[in-house]
Parts: sequence; C-alpha cells; structure tokens
Amino acid sequence: MTAIPSDSTSVVPSETDAETRKGAIARLVRDPQAVITGSILILMIIAGLLANVIAQHDPNEANLYVVNAPPGTEGYPLGADQAGRDILARLLHSINTAVVSALIGASVALVIGTAFGLVGGYFARLRSMTEWTFTLIMTFPGILLLILLMPLTGGDYRATMLIFGVLLSPGIYRIVRNMTVGVSRELYVDAAKVSGVTSSRILRRHVLSVVRGPIVIATAFLCGTAISTQAGLAFLGVGSLSIPSFGAMISEGFRNIGLAPTQYLWPALTLGVMNACIVLFGNALRDTLQGAQPKPQKISVAHLAEGFEAESGPNAAPALLSIRDLGIAYPSPSGELNEVVRGVSLDLKPGETVGLVGESGSGKTQTAFGVLGVLPNEAIVTRGSVRVDGTEILGAPESTLRKLRGDVIAYVPQEPMSNLDPVYTVGSQLVEGIRVATGVSKREAKVRALELLERVGIPDPQRTFKSYPHEISGGMAQRVLIAGAVATEPKILIADEPTTALDVTVQADILDLLRDLQQEMGMGIILVTHNFGVVADICSRICVMKEGEVVESGEAVDVFADPQHEYTSMLLNAILDEDTVRTDPPVAVGQTSGGASR
Amino acid sequence: MLLYSARRLLAGFVLFVIVAFITYWLLSFSFDSVIAARLGASATPETIAEVRADYGLDRPVVVQYVDWLAGVFQGDLGRSFYTQEPVIDAIPPRLFVTLSIVVPALIIATIIAVFLGTFAASRGGGADKAAQGVMLFGYLVPNLLIAILLTVVLAINLGWLPATGYVRFGDDPAGWLKSITIPVIALFIGGAANIANQVRGTMIDELRKDYVRTLRTRGVSARTVVYKHALRNAAGPALTVFGLTFINMFGGALIIEQVFALPGFGTFSFNSALQGDFPVLMGLTVFGVGMTVTINLLTDLANGWLNPKARIYA
Repeated sequence: MTAIPSDSTSVVPSETDAETRKGAIARLVRDPQAVITGSILILMIIAGLLANVIAQHDPNEANLYVVNAPPGTEGYPLGADQAGRDILARLLHSINTAVVSALIGASVALVIGTAFGLVGGYFARLRSMTEWTFTLIMTFPGILLLILLMPLTGGDYRATMLIFGVLLSPGIYRIVRNMTVGVSRELYVDAAKVSGVTSSRILRRHVLSVVRGPIVIATAFLCGTAISTQAGLAFLGVGSLSIPSFGAMISEGFRNIGLAPTQYLWPALTLGVMNACIVLFGNALRDTLQGAQPKPQKISVAHLAEGFEAESGPNAAPALLSIRDLGIAYPSPSGELNEVVRGVSLDLKPGETVGLVGESGSGKTQTAFGVLGVLPNEAIVTRGSVRVDGTEILGAPESTLRKLRGDVIAYVPQEPMSNLDPVYTVGSQLVEGIRVATGVSKREAKVRALELLERVGIPDPQRTFKSYPHEISGGMAQRVLIAGAVATEPKILIADEPTTALDVTVQADILDLLRDLQQEMGMGIILVTHNFGVVADICSRICVMKEGEVVESGEAVDVFADPQHEYTSMLLNAILDEDTVRTDPPVAVGQTSGGASR
Repeated sequence: MLLYSARRLLAGFVLFVIVAFITYWLLSFSFDSVIAARLGASATPETIAEVRADYGLDRPVVVQYVDWLAGVFQGDLGRSFYTQEPVIDAIPPRLFVTLSIVVPALIIATIIAVFLGTFAASRGGGADKAAQGVMLFGYLVPNLLIAILLTVVLAINLGWLPATGYVRFGDDPAGWLKSITIPVIALFIGGAANIANQVRGTMIDELRKDYVRTLRTRGVSARTVVYKHALRNAAGPALTVFGLTFINMFGGALIIEQVFALPGFGTFSFNSALQGDFPVLMGLTVFGVGMTVTINLLTDLANGWLNPKARIYA
C-alpha cells in the first residue's frame, strides 16, 4: 500500500526561487486532475469539520427505534447501523479521524525523516549510523508492531499513528538524505563553507529549499498510507470503540452485509474515494513539481514524418553507403518539429575513411544513428534517403535492419564503459553478437571472440573474456567494443568519437588499430569526431557539419590546405601547432548518453 | 560470497536483538495494567506487585530482557500467560497459515509485475498508458475492499468458494486451495502494482542506456535486448521493492486474515495483544523480525547474483 515514490536519486532540480514556485502553483491550478482531486479532498475535510452541523445526531448516540434504518429515514439521511447510530454522523466523524491520522502520521514522519536526512546527508561521518537506524526501522513489519504494542497504546489511534509516523519516516529520510548529499557536493556549497557560512545556515538556505518539492510529493503519499493503515487497524478492532472510523464502520457493515448492504457501501466508498483522490493528487503534484517523467523508449525503427517517401534519385555510382538529403527532427514541447539534421548528403566507398567533423550539437552523432537505424524513439526522419550496400533503410522494417547490422554495418561508440552491459561478462557479450550475425555454434563463436580479443591488442584474452566490464580499463573496454564491431567483418564501420573518452596515450593506439583493421578487412569507415587532429591522422575525406548541415566537404588534403568555409577555418585555427594535434579539447565525458541535444 | 552472507547475517542478528529490546521495553510499561486486568476484582497494588515478582517482572528491564534473550537462544520463548502453551510450539502453525497466503500472493504479484512493468516500459504509447491505468487501480483500491467485494461476489452470490475459514493442507488439499484463493487475490493486487511500477521505472532508465543501442547495432533482437539484458539490469532495484512488498503484504495479510477468519499470525497477534499476553507477543516479535531478516538476506544474495558489481562490496 505504500505508494511513496521509491528512492528518487534524481538530479537536484534548480527550481528554488520564488518565481518558479509560483509557477508550479499556477501550473497545478491549471491541471484538471489536481483541481478535481484537490477540491474533492477539501470538500471532504470541510464536511468533516462541519460534522456536528450537518448531521443531527452524535456519532455514538444509539437509538433502538432506528436499528438498521434504511437510507432516507427522517433525521437519518444515510440510515442507521445495527446499534441505531446515525451513519451520516459516523461517516463525517470518520473523515475527521482519517484526517487526524494523516496529520499525525505524516508530520511525525516528516520531522524525523527530514531532521535525520539532513544530518545524515550533510555530515558524512554520521551517515553510516543514521543509515543503519533507518534500515532497521524500514525493515520492520509495521502493522505487526502496531498490533503488538496495543497494550501500550491502549488502542488510542493517535498514539498508534505517532508510532506509525516513526515507521513511515525512512521514506522521507532517504529522499532528504539523497538530495542533501547531492547538494553538499555542489561547488557553491563548498564556496559557502570556505567563506565561513555555518553548517546550519547552509542546510537551511541551500539544502532545505531544494528538498522541499520531493518532500511535498512524498507527504501526499504518506497521508494516504496513514489513512489506509488506520482504517485497516480499526477494521481489526485495534482502537477505541467510541471513535468512529472507516475501518470500524466497514467491519460493522461487513458483518451486517446480508441484512443491509448499504451500511458497508458508504464507508467503503468514502474511504475509496479519499484514497484515490490522495494518490491522484500526489501524482499530479509530482508531475507539476518534477516535470514530466521519462517516457518509455520503444525499441523500433525510426519514425518517419507523415507522407515520407525515400528519395529515389538516380543510383549512378553505387557507393557502399550513400546518404542523400537526410533530415532528422525532434518535436519541441509545443509540438513543432525542430530539425537537428538538415539535408545531409555523404558517400562512402570501400576502404575509405570519411571524417564527419563538427562541434557538439552539430548533428553528426544523430546522422550516425540515423544511418544505423538506432535513433531515439522521439526522433523523426523528415526527408532523404540512406542506402546501405544498396538497400534503402529509411522505412525498412526492423528485420531488414537487423540483417544489415553486424553483418554489413557496425558501430563503435564513444564512451566505452556505458556501452557494455554491466551484468554480463565481456566474453558472453562478444559471443552473443557473433552468434546473432553469423549463426555459428557457441564454441566456434568463443574461438572467434578470443582471436578477436588478441587481434585488438588485449594482452590476456582468456582473462578479459571472463571479466565483467567493471573489471577492465576504459582503453581495454574500447578495444573490446572494436572487437565486437569488427567481429563479423562488416563492410561499413561507424565510429562515433572512438577516442574522445580515452587517455591521450591510448588514443593513438586505438586509431592505429582502426587503420590496421581497415586495411585487413577493406572496410569503409565513417569517423565522427570534433577533433581535426584525429581527422588529419586517419581520414581521406572530410565532411564539416554545423547546425545540422554539411558546410564543407572534400579531400582531407584540400580542406586542410584551403578551407572554403569560415567555420572550417575557425575549427582548423583551433589547432595550435603540430604538438597538440592529438590532444582533445576538454569535453565532458558525461555527454555520451545519446540524446536530442547533440 | 560466504563472507558477505555472514556479515549480512550478523547485521540481521544485531537488528533482532535491538528490535526485540525496544519491543520489550515498550511493553514493560503495560505490565501493571495487564496483570490488573488478569486479576480482575482481586487486583490491588499489593497483589499486582506479587504477581510481578512471581514472573520476575519486578527486576530492571535490562535484566529481564537479557534473561529472556538467554532463553531464546536455548529455544525457550516461555509459556503463554493464559493457555500455558509453550510459545515456541504455538507460533509456527499460525505462521504457516499466514505464509500460505503471503507466499503465493508474492509469487503471483512478481510474475505479473515483471511482465506488466516490462511491457509498459518497452512498448510505450497506448500500451504504457493502459498498463499505468492498471497499476493505478491496484494502488487506489485498498485490499480490504477487494477482499470484501470478492467474498460477496465469488463466495456469497456465486457460491464457488468458501467465504471464510481455513482448511489444513494435510486434511484436504483442494479445500485448502479454495480457502486461500480469495485472500491471495485480495493480497497480490496492491503488491503487483507496487512492483510493476518500480520495474517500469527502472526498465525505462535501462532502455535509454548506451549499451542497449550498441547491442542493437550488433543485430541483437529487441526481445533479447529487453528480456535478457535490460531486465536483468533492472532487477536489482526491483528486488529492493520486492523485499519491502513482502513486508507490506505480511502486514496486509494480518488484516485479510481477519476478514476470512484464517487462524494465522495476525489473528494470533491480535488476540494476544488484546489480552496483553506478554510472552506470546515477544515470541511473535522474534518470528516477525526473523522473517524480515531472512527476506532481506535473500534479496541481497539474489542481487549479488544478478549484478556482479554488487559482489565487490561483499
């Protein structure tokens, strides 16, 4: 029943100033789900507060003349129960009980969870202590403890909820702890510490403001949990008989269900609606405060724009790979298409290496994904044609693409570590790829994989074969990925910044390896890079991309000697002299997780 | 792995000692009122003190606790205040009743959740919306209401299944199955929604990762990528929820038992708590914590098996 969003380690949102908070409330008011559920909850609370005004009887006043009176009886609009008590009055007072339960449970959890979360998150030395304590609290079966402690609480639901609040606190603790750890690693907090701001002030000013949003959301769910738990306990009979509560009413109604089914219906319906409203309101709150949640990423071929038709231009010189006027777009939040690749054309011949050059966001990686048919789900191909070894792949079904992948076209990614599945050994991943592409037996595939590992320069292939990705270095991992890509001797290799994430010393080795493999296998290589040093080293032709368009292309020698476009000369001027040719500009390694931004 | 398990066991043991102490200490406040209730009319401060002394409850709480703990390690949990039945014999049959609804419910919930969550995360669009609707329904409807609704429809109106009562497996396996069917359904729905939501969230994150794209470029099929690679990566976080769901379901079962008059752990706890049957309550604590520790240990071990990285921290 706990609907607390699990351990949100999400990146700290920067919406902290008053402006954006006002914006959040405004957005919430415009969200129909939030407005409807919120209003129902407020109406219920008001009805509960006005219980003595609306109902004509005391909830515990028993009148033997109206035992099991049907709904609509004079003075008993919803009827009376088997003890002759006014159901409406009991229902309204039950709302109060539920609200008080939610308030006590949630506030205890909030106070304890926030206080210890801040301490545990900010003072690293105390963390293992708080961590242990809250794991202890979290693992204990809560309802059981509440039942076992009945002799102590004497059945007072408020005392019970006080204890239950403690049991709920780990949820809040973990949220606050995670966010506090995140914030206290931020540079501005370091700066504040250095300039002598006290810890308590940092916690108040910088940490609490960030933590507020997730806590508000979690609180909504805590209230729901507290209410259902209280109802459950009251149903069991834990609690004083003189306190009207949904649980007690449901229990009485249940026993009387054959005789007067509506007696069960009212409390069940009210509790159900209340719970539903809390959860739905909490969800609306989360969507508003945290923005849209990540959407599922369906594994499929690229989406095509409406009315798309692959360009069937004259197939004059059948190149190995021929890209014509390729356009790739992403929908903006308002629904319009925003083209990130705008009419790119490119040809690749066997044995040739073409450098696709440009700065981050120029669309070069998107072009590469488009050729491989692995664009993110949101992407839309707007125009153009991509022929891989004569086969048009835009609009082709996944089965056609699967046959081409591995066999004809292969891919070497930028960031070696994140491109290996962490839970399988290096060897089993290589074997899987080889078997999918060639259909050989497991044993043959293993022999081939070991040969490949040796070929790409791994000193102890047997050991690496059995290693998990986290047990090998970045340079090794990149060699493994290259081995995986060339395992089936593809005709085309798309290498997306294959050296960027690596040490300078390893970079040259990897480029040498690619060059050697190309000569052995006669592959055509498209090398995506932002580094002219790499281009000069290995490429015979160059395509320079800027803002989704090819601004210049030609033989590498010519472009280096006489750049036609000013952007090209600008990029070339960024290389200072011969000595720095193989040095990469400082680009954050983390930007690899493919996305619309590039 | 062995060292890892040993450390987890030790942590569980410490957890047990502490939780049991807190429970003992909290319950010690109610000794007087419990004894007074038991003595009835003859309760005076003197007679209460006398009974306390008889049971050794007049000693400092810590001393009592250590004494009790020493008994636990010799397999002696004391005798019920009321029935004189040894606590160690009284609990297992009742725990079995509760587990016989919790374990099937958990297994069904997990199977449904993995498929529902994976389906939602890997299909997206309308399929995802529909799956999320189903999950939301599971959250929204309290299992108490489901239990009662099912009883009214399946047992009272249609007469297919018994409305209440428990048949021992040894007496009549078919009857046993019938007697647990409705409780299990009532229990698994909420748990399935909880786990499915977690599976969906983690799977969405996994399917966006780089290795998924790289596997696709090798020609690996979408189904293999989803079920062999992404799902195994997603299993770790889902396991944590699995453990918590077990504990939640156990709590839920305590209530469900009452609806169906099952002679389980919950009914026993409730009756003993009403009576203030102190040795029984402590015995229930022992089993409750023991079970929690076991489940946590098992999820940790499963996580280590699924995720090689987790093994480093052993």
